[in-house]
Amino acid sequence: MTAVDTRAPAAPPARTEPLTRRSWRAPIAFGVLGLAALVLFGLLGKSGEDTTFVISTDNDWVQIGPVSVPSQATAIVLGVLMLLLAAYAAWRAWNRQRPGVWVAALFGVLWVLSFLVWAVAGKSMSLVGLLQGSLILAVPLAFGAMGGLLNERSGVVNIAIEGQLLTGAFGAAVVASVTHSVYAGLIAAPVAGLVIGSLLALFTVKYRVNQIIVGVVLNVFAVGLTSFLFSSVLKPNAATLNSPPRMPVIDIPVLSGIPIIGPVLFRQTLLVYLLYVAVFVVTVALFRTRWGLRVRAVGEHPLAADTVGIDVQATRWRNVLLGSMVAGLGGAFFTIGSVGAFSQEMTAGKGYIALAAMILGRWTPVGALAAALLFGFSDKLQQVLGVLQTPVPNQFMLMLPYLVTIVAVAGLVGRVRGPAAAGEPYVKE
Amino acid sequence: MKLELRGITKSFGPLVANDHIDLVIEPGEIHALLGENGAGKSTLMNVLFGLYDADSGEILLDDEPRTFSGPRDALGAGIGMVHQHFMLVPVFTVAENVMLGHESTKPGGVGMLDLDAARQRVRELADRFGFELDPDAVVEDLPVGVQQRVEIVKALARDAQVLILDEPTAVLTPQETDELIGIMRQLKEAGTSIVFITHKLREVRAVADRITVIRRGAVVGSASPEASETDLASMMVGRAVSLSLGKAPAVPGETTVQVRGLTVLDANGSAVVDDVSFELARGEILTLAGVQGNGQTELCEALLGLERPAAGSILLEGNELVGLSPKQVLDAGVGFVPEDRSVDGLVGDFSVAENLVLDLVHTKEFSRAGALDLAAIRKNADHRIQEYDIRTQSATQAAGRLSGGNQQKVVLARELSRPLKLFIASQPTRGVDVGSIEFLHRRIVAERDGGTPVLIVSTELDEVVELADRIAVMYRGRLVGIVPSDTPRDVLGLMMAGVPHDEATAQAAEHPTEAGHE
Amino acid sequence: MSDEIVGADASPTSGMPEPERAKAAPEEDRGQRALREIVSGDIGVSVLAFVLALVIGGLLIAFTNPEVTAAAHYFFAKPMDTITAAWNAVWDAYAAMFRGAVYNGQADTFQKAIRPLTETMTVATPLIIAALGVAVGFRAGLFNIGAQGQIILGATVGGYIGFAYSLPAGIHLLLALLGGILGGAIWAGIAGVLKARTGAHEVIVTIMLNYVALYLLAYLLTTDKFTRAGSNQPTSPGVKETAQLPLLLGDWSRLHAGFIVAILASIFVWWLMTRSVLGFRFRAVGSNPHASRTSGIGIPTTIVLVMVVSGALAGLAGGVHILGTEHQLTGGIAGSLGFDAITVALLGRSRPLGIFFAGLLYGGLNVGGRVMEAATGTPIDIVLVIQALVVLFIAAPPLVRAIFRLPTPRAAVAKGAAA
Repeated sequence: MTAVDTRAPAAPPARTEPLTRRSWRAPIAFGVLGLAALVLFGLLGKSGEDTTFVISTDNDWVQIGPVSVPSQATAIVLGVLMLLLAAYAAWRAWNRQRPGVWVAALFGVLWVLSFLVWAVAGKSMSLVGLLQGSLILAVPLAFGAMGGLLNERSGVVNIAIEGQLLTGAFGAAVVASVTHSVYAGLIAAPVAGLVIGSLLALFTVKYRVNQIIVGVVLNVFAVGLTSFLFSSVLKPNAATLNSPPRMPVIDIPVLSGIPIIGPVLFRQTLLVYLLYVAVFVVTVALFRTRWGLRVRAVGEHPLAADTVGIDVQATRWRNVLLGSMVAGLGGAFFTIGSVGAFSQEMTAGKGYIALAAMILGRWTPVGALAAALLFGFSDKLQQVLGVLQTPVPNQFMLMLPYLVTIVAVAGLVGRVRGPAAAGEPYVKE
Repeated sequence: MKLELRGITKSFGPLVANDHIDLVIEPGEIHALLGENGAGKSTLMNVLFGLYDADSGEILLDDEPRTFSGPRDALGAGIGMVHQHFMLVPVFTVAENVMLGHESTKPGGVGMLDLDAARQRVRELADRFGFELDPDAVVEDLPVGVQQRVEIVKALARDAQVLILDEPTAVLTPQETDELIGIMRQLKEAGTSIVFITHKLREVRAVADRITVIRRGAVVGSASPEASETDLASMMVGRAVSLSLGKAPAVPGETTVQVRGLTVLDANGSAVVDDVSFELARGEILTLAGVQGNGQTELCEALLGLERPAAGSILLEGNELVGLSPKQVLDAGVGFVPEDRSVDGLVGDFSVAENLVLDLVHTKEFSRAGALDLAAIRKNADHRIQEYDIRTQSATQAAGRLSGGNQQKVVLARELSRPLKLFIASQPTRGVDVGSIEFLHRRIVAERDGGTPVLIVSTELDEVVELADRIAVMYRGRLVGIVPSDTPRDVLGLMMAGVPHDEATAQAAEHPTEAGHE
Repeated sequence: MSDEIVGADASPTSGMPEPERAKAAPEEDRGQRALREIVSGDIGVSVLAFVLALVIGGLLIAFTNPEVTAAAHYFFAKPMDTITAAWNAVWDAYAAMFRGAVYNGQADTFQKAIRPLTETMTVATPLIIAALGVAVGFRAGLFNIGAQGQIILGATVGGYIGFAYSLPAGIHLLLALLGGILGGAIWAGIAGVLKARTGAHEVIVTIMLNYVALYLLAYLLTTDKFTRAGSNQPTSPGVKETAQLPLLLGDWSRLHAGFIVAILASIFVWWLMTRSVLGFRFRAVGSNPHASRTSGIGIPTTIVLVMVVSGALAGLAGGVHILGTEHQLTGGIAGSLGFDAITVALLGRSRPLGIFFAGLLYGGLNVGGRVMEAATGTPIDIVLVIQALVVLFIAAPPLVRAIFRLPTPRAAVAKGAAA
């Protein structure tokens, strides 16, 4: 052959050079948000006030005094920094590049700081308390989100996280009350989550009922069942069945003394430490082991997995059950992990926020944890600001996680892509 | 390894897909399983591979009866399969896909993946058969030809001794097909038995050691590769078929369709349709030949307004179509038969009657003031069912339950049921039984003879040659050339690989390709 | 479209009972269809699913009943005591539920005896209307999980027009109802537009919008415009009489003209889905968006329209609820109506007639549940359990058949094999 080598090249064909369009989304978003912060928190902020942040606790090795900054001036400086970041993002966009994750993260931190400086003007707030509380509030969300992603990675949509959290909370409270042991409660929570998980698996995997429908209905079922048992059994016997001990805070020696980081990360309950372990283990298991490879294959292309001898239905059963146990464990937070006694519908939509955290975290444990922390932060901030009587109605703070999720799934902060086969029952001859 | 199937029977409800099939694959032979679409070849192989449970019959390996309750058993026994629709996880790398299901793990017993071992295995196998394959490439980024190699490597990595190739050439250029044939021969040399499933006569004759022909779920006989194409064809379809339609020569009228410089970009900004221009006259059929995935789909979508071109114009009787919505294009008199009828052509849950008015329901004929005229819809259905000989229990039967040929008749009937200024049909006979093919082809020619410009897109060279008054060949988004319908097949084949017409003619004269023999 | 949370091709109808999908023919005779359903066992399965849910509910009631537990302590001495106590507990609870929901045989006048039924109809009214909205979404392939939020918005806008303006009777009511429709339509429309323009999955967006609506209403109820003068309770002023839906039966029953609205809405949805061009497109897009697109149906437009129609019905439900039953806006105005509506739509198999009866059934369970709680102390939450179980069982006919050891109907065998 003279003119053409008919051996098709292994490399992709040399097509015309891609004409990537310039994406102005990020710089515009940064610009608008930065300008809004500059004007609202800076230029229109209260002049002559100071904002005080407390950053040490009594048990730290090093004591750092409270930091006070002039509110308006600080907010203006932060606002200008944000606009500089927006300009940087615009420059990147002009060169057809994405701004990079760190830009978005830094921008977020600056924005929140400037908001805090403005909202706490003339008052004082404990930064450590804020972060510590954020992490605590993120615990059920992170467990729930991980439970959800264990399901979805195998191709089963889990809308029933809410129900799993609720039954987990119920189980933990009752068993901990009866045994007077938080650790027994900690074991009971995943088992209680399993009740919802096995129903989810039964109906979606075995009977191939639409996964969203089953999830929604199971949430109703969980509310009904726990509320019914609460009213008929727990309430009349509150002293014996619904007075669980609460999980003690465990100080990790040495580490807990580090300023800021110590009290936030290492002066927590066992549940929080379990969360660290769970995030690590699930990440490694999902992305580095044979088990994880097979699970992901089942979630992406079940038929392909089947043709290499992987049992799709069994994989899904296992993962749905495992996921429900992880979510159930997160449910323990609501009772023995915080207030103690169980009350009706006490998860109050946290399961849906966990679902959102899973999506925002792009179906990875680390991402889910980050998203859960973000939501936990906004929840804690809402509580703190509510006490401080700041100008923002706390209903809007409560709305925030839901709004952030809508913005996220609408693709305004980058595309999210879930497991391809999630939602589809696997039908085999 | 010798593989034997005895009396395999498999039915789906009332449909008997495999009826007491006997088949023997000798060690180291290439055994072609020839049959029409829907003859039961794939079902048989899925039974062999453990994906379906047979109703009766047995499988013997080296004369030992074996039962496969799932693909794992079949793989374990040394049977590998390259599926017609690739069984690759798109977001995984080549190495991950190859290792999936029999992963090598690092020592320690906790099942940590050993990706290096997998990469090594991929390189080793690719080297042995002389092709390149990057173990770390993500599969969804690879061209189909390369994806197919991944499938082959995947089977070989499990030491497959019997390799089943299910319609492997459907997505390949004739030249890629030649390469595949080369790989098949090498595998045979190495002692691997190959079951080669196809409905393409030419390839069978080029590569097979033995041929078994299947028709309507049963073995109708075997043949040697020396048998003539006409003989094989008549065995395959059950009667002597004339391979040519015998249509009258075209009488082209005035040129009413002008496509100029049409360019369509994909999501990444690469041109998938690249500066395509052609003209089409009343009363002629232009067929667009090309291997699947060379921009034909996108071209059709652009013509229909489903995809907005980045540049170019489409003039229909002097009116610009670019910028119109699909509805406006349809209303302008364009009839369209999409390539994948069950996905794009029909609403499977809808009745035949509803499908027959799918894009006409808003017209005065079938609705008044936003309300459906059920009587008119019903009457139309009765009329079309008779006219197009659509085999259905009733007009209210769900269209998804019809056979492929009858589904296609529904789509064609709908699109041809109004006066057209341009008729576009993509893969008009894919997956359709031979009887219906003839009927559909005749309807298309009749539409041409009625004075409509017709554009046919087909990846089947036979169909291209059969229907065409002129042939346009497309390769990587560009028109390689527009040639007369009597252009030799091997020239067309080379053009489908991107070789310009002059060069292709010269090359074909020098080096006749195996698949290109007439 | 793989870049979504749940597979974009996850057809919502795939989870529904088989005939739901096969019955696309509009001209099929209704009698034939009913006959076929009985023959193929679907109605039978529905009835058995309900019985099964009641049995499980009964077991829960029995196990948690104090007298049963007391008797169980000496179960081996006198087992009949436990069984009798259990039977009595269950019988009393369900009898009270029936009394509270349908007909009170203990009442001294006919009006009082029949009052529970009218109460059931009252409670069922917004459920039916909202479920019709959810069903329009289902049949067009969209999961509108956001009926809750749309009801809240409908009630908020409808209620606001009802208490904040003074207008002539009739016009006032009409405007308030329209306001409710608009509120729900816009709220669902947000999800529709986001889905159409960016592919954001409607399940996630509507779930999130439920909570946004909840907190939005909570915020509004702290503002002056939405609270009674001089009160800092999160309760709005009462809806003016000119904007209230008139009572149908007089003062002895709360049944109001909203029930007629529900009947009209059912007829409208039936016409829309089976007799109109718009409904044809909705169904086509729901069943096969690809083919619909190729046939010139604008998918984004259709998605937005479906969500708007779906939300408008949910908003109407919210409006009817506040203008007919509640008469004032509170934070919990929607209760669990939005989620109940989803189960009602599923139970009614997304068909208007089915939804009408499913709505009455659910209304009855809710109303009867209250009476049961008052009379026997059995918590009303058991109703939620029963409702959830009914839907689960109905969605999985093979399970019900397995439990009752019923043979698999022949049609299902053939279908299963062809799948």
